[in-house]
Formats: sequence, C-alpha cells, structure tokens
Amino acid sequence: MTTAPAGATALSATVRVPALEIRDLVVRYGSGRKARQAPPAIDRVSFDIAPGETVGLVGESGSGKSTIGKAVLGLQPPTSGTVKLHGQDITAMSLKQRSRLVADLRVVFQDPYSSLNPARTIGQTLVEPLRLMGVKGPEALQKARAGLESVGLPADAVDRYPSQFSGGQRQRIAIARALVCDPKVVVLDEPVSALDLSTQAQVLNLLADLRDQRGLAFLFIAHDLGVVRFLSQRTVVLYRGQVMETGPVEAVSRAPRHPYTVALTAAAPVPRPAEQAARRAAREAAGFGTAGAAAPSATGCPFVPRCPLATDVCVTERPPLRLVEGTEAACHHAERVPAL
Amino acid sequence: MSVLPLDAADEVATEPVPPARRRRGLPGFLRRPGGVFGAAWLTFVIVASLTASLWRPFEPGQQDTANRLALPSAEHWLGTDPLGRDLLSRIFSAGSLPLLSSALMLVVAFGIGLPLALIAAERGRRVERVISRVTEVFLALPATILLLALIGVIGNRLYPVMAVLGVLISAAVYRVLLGVAQSVRQRLYVDAARVNGLGSLRVNLVHVLPSMATVVAVQAAQLFGIGLLIVAGLAFLGFGPGEPEPSWGFMIQDASGYIYTSPWLMVPTGLVLALTVVAANELADALAGKAAAARGTGRRRRPLRRAVAAAAVPAGAPADPAAVLEVRDLTVSVDDGPDLVTGVSFSLRKGEVLGLVGESGCGKTMTARSLMGLLPDGVSVTGGSIRWRGRELAGLSEAEIDRVRGREIAMISQEPMVALDPMFSIATQLVGPIRRFRGVGRSEAKRIAAELLRNVGIVDAQRVLKSYPHQLSGGMAQRVCIALALTGEPELLVADEPTTALDVTVQAEILSLLRALVRDTGLSVVIVSHDLGVVADICDSVAVMYAGEVVEAGTAAAVLDEPAHPYTMALLGANPHVPEGEPVPERLASIAGTVPPPGSWPTGCRFATRCRFVQEKCTVPFPVLPAHGEGSVLCTRVDELSREHAVWEPEHAGDEIASPLAPPAPVAGVSS
Repeated sequence: MTTAPAGATALSATVRVPALEIRDLVVRYGSGRKARQAPPAIDRVSFDIAPGETVGLVGESGSGKSTIGKAVLGLQPPTSGTVKLHGQDITAMSLKQRSRLVADLRVVFQDPYSSLNPARTIGQTLVEPLRLMGVKGPEALQKARAGLESVGLPADAVDRYPSQFSGGQRQRIAIARALVCDPKVVVLDEPVSALDLSTQAQVLNLLADLRDQRGLAFLFIAHDLGVVRFLSQRTVVLYRGQVMETGPVEAVSRAPRHPYTVALTAAAPVPRPAEQAARRAAREAAGFGTAGAAAPSATGCPFVPRCPLATDVCVTERPPLRLVEGTEAACHHAERVPAL
Repeated sequence: MSVLPLDAADEVATEPVPPARRRRGLPGFLRRPGGVFGAAWLTFVIVASLTASLWRPFEPGQQDTANRLALPSAEHWLGTDPLGRDLLSRIFSAGSLPLLSSALMLVVAFGIGLPLALIAAERGRRVERVISRVTEVFLALPATILLLALIGVIGNRLYPVMAVLGVLISAAVYRVLLGVAQSVRQRLYVDAARVNGLGSLRVNLVHVLPSMATVVAVQAAQLFGIGLLIVAGLAFLGFGPGEPEPSWGFMIQDASGYIYTSPWLMVPTGLVLALTVVAANELADALAGKAAAARGTGRRRRPLRRAVAAAAVPAGAPADPAAVLEVRDLTVSVDDGPDLVTGVSFSLRKGEVLGLVGESGCGKTMTARSLMGLLPDGVSVTGGSIRWRGRELAGLSEAEIDRVRGREIAMISQEPMVALDPMFSIATQLVGPIRRFRGVGRSEAKRIAAELLRNVGIVDAQRVLKSYPHQLSGGMAQRVCIALALTGEPELLVADEPTTALDVTVQAEILSLLRALVRDTGLSVVIVSHDLGVVADICDSVAVMYAGEVVEAGTAAAVLDEPAHPYTMALLGANPHVPEGEPVPERLASIAGTVPPPGSWPTGCRFATRCRFVQEKCTVPFPVLPAHGEGSVLCTRVDELSREHAVWEPEHAGDEIASPLAPPAPVAGVSS
C-alpha cells in the first residue's frame, strides 16, 4: 500500500507520510438508544492516500461513500476513528481551525447547480477562500483569473454569474475554486455523475491533467467503477459502510476477490452489444440476490443476503480484510470467488 | 447565453437554482401589476404621512365650524369631520403612527425570529428543538388578551405595545424562516464555503441570507399589513392616541356613528387603510411570484402546422409492413418558439426494443413523450406523423389519445418515487387502473394486481401491495411502476431513462425484467437513455439523436460496433467503460463545447461546430444517407470517413489545461 502506484508522480516515492490517513472511522447518525442500536453509517473504515495518488471510493447509494468524504472534510463529525492530513490529526478540528492550519484540503461536489452560490459572481466565489488565507484584493483576483484559465475557462468569467454557465462549465468553476489555494488533497464527491457523457469525459481529462501537473492527491468518490478505473490508481469498494475490497484499481477491476465487487463490476454495462450479452449471461448465471431483499446480519458480512457463496460462517462472523491475490478482500470465501 | 439543458421543460423547472436574476432593469416583482400598485401606494402613503407636517393644508386639530361633515371641495379635498376638521390633513397626520409602529413590530419580530432561525438551522437538531419548544410557548399565548392587559398596565402607548406584539409574532416568523434556512443550508455552496473556512457569521450573511431574502420580504410585507390593521383596531377600541390627536382607527370609529347621515365620512379613511393593507399584501404576492403560478392556464393544443396528411406519402424509406409504430418526419416545437425536434423518423416492430440515445438537450425525451401525447405545456407536435398500428396519433384530441394511453401505449419514467403517489398504498394505486382498463371487480382486480407484481419479479407481492411508496427501495418502486404500466396490457412501453436514478446492480435487474417482459409478452419498447451500455444491453435497434434530429440509426450491434457518424464515435470514445482486455486509456475522447440550444442550431450539419472532421461542405444542407442495412446516417462525409478509417481519438495528456499561466510552478516558462 505504501509503494507508489503506476502513474503517480515521482513525488510520492520520496515521501513516506500519507497525504491522507483514515483509521477505524466510525460514523453514526442521530442520537439516542435507537440510533446506537442501528448499524453505523460508516463501520471501521481505514485507508491511506499517498501524495499524488488517486484513491477511488466506490459503492452504491447508501454505502456511505459520501459520508466518508464529509467526515474527512469536517462536515460530519465522526463517532470514532482518526483522520490525518500529512500526519496531522484533523479529526476534531473545527472547520475554521482547519482553514487556518491546513489549507491543503478542498472539495468538489457532485451537483454543479447547487454548489455555486447563484447570487455571487464567479470572481467572488473564487476569491473567497483566498481572502480567508490572507491574500489581498488585486492579487486574489489575479489568482482567480489564473485559476479559471487553468481549468480551461476564459479569465473574464470572473464577472459573470453561475447561471450563465452550463453544467460542465460550472463543474470546472467548482474545480477552480477547490484548486485556487493550491491544496495537496482534494475530495471529489461524484464530480462527474451529474454530467453528460462528453462533458464527463472533458472533466475527467481535466482532473487527470491537473493531478499529473500539480501532484494532487484525490479522494475520488463515485458509484461508477468505469469512471473510478479511469482516474484512480487504487480503489476502495464500500458496501453498507464497510470496506469490502481494496487494492490496485486494475486488480480490483479485472480480478475482483469479493463477491460484491464481482456483482458491481458485472452489472456495469459496456457499450458493445455482443460483449454485453456475454457479461449479462455470466451475471445472471452467478445468481446474485436482489438488492435490498433482506436486512443483513448484524454480526456477519453485510452482503450475505445477496451473496451466492454465503455459508453459515458468513452470517456469524464478520470477515476481516485479508490479502488475496493482489487485492485485500473482506470475504471468508475470497478464494472461491469466480473469475469475471 | 442560455445553456440550460432543454431536453424537457420540467428539467429546467426542477433545477435547484433559479435562473439568472436580472441584475439590470426592473426587479421581477415590479413587472407584475399588483407589485407595481403595492410598491407605489405604500411609497406614497409612507412619504405623505412622514412629511404631512410640511404640506398639510390645515393643522389636524384646526376646526372649520362652518364646514362640518363637508363633502370634498376645493378647500377640503377629502371633506371634513363632525368638528369641521380637514380629513386629508388628519388622515396623513395620523399615518405615521400606524406605519412606524408596524415597522417597529416588524423590526422586533425579524430581529428575534431571523437570527433564531439561522442559529437553529446551523446548530443542528438539539439546539433547534430547544428554540422550537420555546417559540411554541409564544405561539400558544393569546396575543389579543395579552396586548389589552399590557395597555391596562402601561396605558395607550402604542410603540411598546407593538414591540411586545413583535416579540409574540417572532415565533411565527421563526417557524417560517427555519424551514427556509434549513433548506438553503443544504445547498452545496454552503458546505463549500464552510470547507473553505468561512466563519459562521459570514456563511450566514453571504451565503444563507441572500437566498432567504424573498421569503423574508414576503413575510414582512404581509405582517406589515397585519400590523396596520391591529393598530387601527386598537385605536377603534379606544386604545390609541386620544382626541384631539388623529388616528385611523378612531376616525373610522367616529365615522361609524355618522354612517347613515354622512356616509362619505367613512370613505377617505377607510379607503386609505384598506388600500394600504391591500398594497402590502399585493406586494407580498408579487414578491412571492404568485402571478407565475397563474400562468399556463388556458392550455390549448396548437393544430399541426404542417398537414399531417402529407405523411401518408412517406418521404424517405418505404413503410415497413411489419412495423407497429411508424414515426415519420416528427417535428416538436415550443409554441411560438423554436423547434425542439425536427424530422425524426423511426419504426418499431412487435417485440422490438428501440433505444433513443443522446445527451441532454438532444430532444430524445420530447420525442418519446410525443408518442404518448404527454408533451409539457406550451410544447406540441407541429409536423410529421406518428402511426400506431395504422392509426394516426399526431393531432388527436386529448380525449382520443386518452383511449390509447395506458391501454395500448404505457410509460415508465426516470423517477419511480415521483411516479407513485405517496398518499396511497400500492394496492390502491394498482387496483384503480386495473378496474378502469380491464372492467373487473375489486377482488378480481386485487388478484390481478398481485399477479402483475409477481410478473415484475416481486416475490412477496402481498406485503408490497399493502406498503406505501416510501417503504419501498428505488428498484422495488421501479418494478411497481412497471407493473402499473402493465395494468392496461399495453403493446408499447415508452421508458424514459428507466434506470438512470437506480444503482448499477438494480439497473441490471430492471433491464433483465424488461427483457423478460419483451420475450414473454411480445411487448414493444421505446427506451430513452443517455447510457450506451444500457442501449447495448437491451436494445435491438438504436437512434442516436443530436440537437433535435436523428444523426445515426440502425441495429444496436451495427451502430455501436461500427459507428459511422462522428458524434456516435465521440460518445463511444467518451465512455470510460473499456471492453474486456483493452487497457484503460490515458485520456478519454471528448467533444469540445456544448450542445447548441434549440433555436441556435447551425444550418447544414448541427454537429459541425463541434466535429473534428468538419469541412466546408458540412455547413450546407444535405440529405440523410442509408447506412447499416436498414439504418441511416446524417453525415455528408460518411463515405470519406469510412474510407479513411476515421477514429475520434482521445485527447492527449495536458490538452485540457489550456493556458501555461495556470500551473503554480515557481519556475517560469513551464509548459503543460
């Protein structure tokens, strides 16, 4: 996990301290007895992101992937566990403290329509974080203009309002806002899932370019394995708040060792009718259970109700993450998981 | 420049952010007659009242004993009261008290209610609960009795009384504003500002308050009117400034004694008070944009611009004798506006699945909806023909299409949760249409409902029948929607992005279900999707749409495996799902720019402005060419491109970064 993955910048090889370190993160929503009895939204999640590395956090709705992003950003206080940025524990820091001490963590949200204040010009939006860091007026504006150009927008967009831009352009503006203070780590919370295919490709290319050029580390949250595979070097697969599988993205995509990853990969359709027919046949033969069919056991593996390989041990005992053929999978039967 | 997706009018309507507020020119509320009247009258009354001592023709106490209870005259414009005092002078001398004390009430009410709402929305549930419980106590206090008791203690001092009323009303203000503040705080730009480290006060001032301004203004205008009435009411009851000081309430009370002998006396004061209250409410209405809600009544289908009969002679390919659905040269337009879809043709056989694919704004949803006669208000089919089993659907009246809709052609939509009524159980929602469509009794309909649910793969049908929509998962809800669509035993199903809102594993299940239905019942399906993978999975044939027209059509295998049109090539290149065994590309193919909105489509090829293979001849009109056997392609260079084995190449690394200014590199001259 500490070795630099292919495609990362040379920087990561020389730095030992992870850019972002998440240990045993637990998040529970609500308070009171009922909330304590319910399974937590995030259940003992740990992973690292090396400087310059992109880690894809993938899962379906309700998997808790966005909650992890919020906990990292300080928007959702974790119940337990730690979040470290460049070795500094920021778990309990307020948002204000964070902005003073660590200007290194920024975010791009999913919805390009609600992530920009419609009543503020693009310039005002971009200058805001700079002002907070003590950059003065003309210099801040100059940086905002340069920031817009760096995401492929004209510098004179500073005087316009968000409503004058398309979804893809707004997402570029949101990226410019995240990058204008030169952060080292950026949380990308489904940055392309609201965009059309061709625009999505533009934004993904842009993110890849910016990462390679600036040595950025991304926590890339997405529901689409194909998108994650394109941008990430490593991937973390979540299901109901728990890590099912983690490892280099190519290994996880090509030879997943957890039945849930197999189900997820097999369900993503490819735009080649013949190949898709074969995939579909294979998926239907594998016999995965219907999503949301039954409540998972509280003690065992959350995927049990849908898993064709489940046995008694899966119900009683939560499988730990263990190394299986190049990826780490939390499955008692990882060796028996069929190839895709 | 408007770049909103124009695929469906409701897409624009559901957008969380209002479209551009005009920064220049009149504010929106002043474009409505009610708003103009409200603002003008209030301004007039306020200015006239506050400056009354400067311009009034008489002192308010000055008696003209010769002219008691006079009607309007050159001397006394509004007449005089029983003591011969000038009404005009008295009304506007009296005005400043109700206006100012109501304003004081507003300041107090919002001064308390607004900060509390902001704090409660920010600090989360625990704080919110405490504040809400306290304000509920205030709401429970009998305000009138409290005010009268207060007057008993401190006397007729209106300002402190209205200030206390403001405190009581602040609870109601808090209630309304809390909801607004909570919803504004959920917008992502608030989170983004917090991540940037903006302090709590500035987050509220800069990002939360401006979005609440309209609601605050509406509430304030309405409460202002209520305040005026309360002040007048108190004075009417004798709790105002005593004689000889003028007050609206006392003047009305005075006039009521002469209502039979001198009815005019009531008119000026009553009218000023009524107009002022109405003006405050009109202004509130205009600010709230109620006038906008009234728009869109009087819906009328525009008759076909071009004769439908012309379609009887098909212009292009000969009609497919086996086709159940035959769409020819379909044009859909905004009434008195641009075309949204032009010249769309396709045909569908029994048991065939056709995909309409493209990006938002390409007209695929409009095309699908026109098959059902379900176009949004102000949009209609203006040309071409839709032949369904030999019958023309375009131009049918609402009543005629109603007989087809549900029974022969049914629809499922993108948001299953929105398609189901949250107030009724699944059983109720299924039984109604089953009885209507199949003419069976209640118990038989229930049996059929359970059978339909089993047919869409719901194992515990009885339990699901008893549930309400919110108790179902998204995938389960979409299954119910499909069952609902099947109640009328349709032969054609129009599915508008049926899996877009679902998780990928659920999507796979729904697609399998649709495939099984097609196989088992011979259902024909038109599926709208932006996902080429979904098209590859379920469609037999596909029509790729761009800017309101079909640019490429054919069997799914032909179009997706050997795309002929540059746009199809580009879409496939932009898809990050690589086929088995191929490496993930360094960069994806992308298309520069955005889909041009309707009304600004280029002549000739509409894709020309974004196409990498564009040449001079692409800008002049050209005909549709046959391709993929029975399919078609709309590209004048298609043969050349095919000969050259043209490929829409992915970008090179670094292409997306336009400017060398951009990198934060300390070294000058770094190129990207």
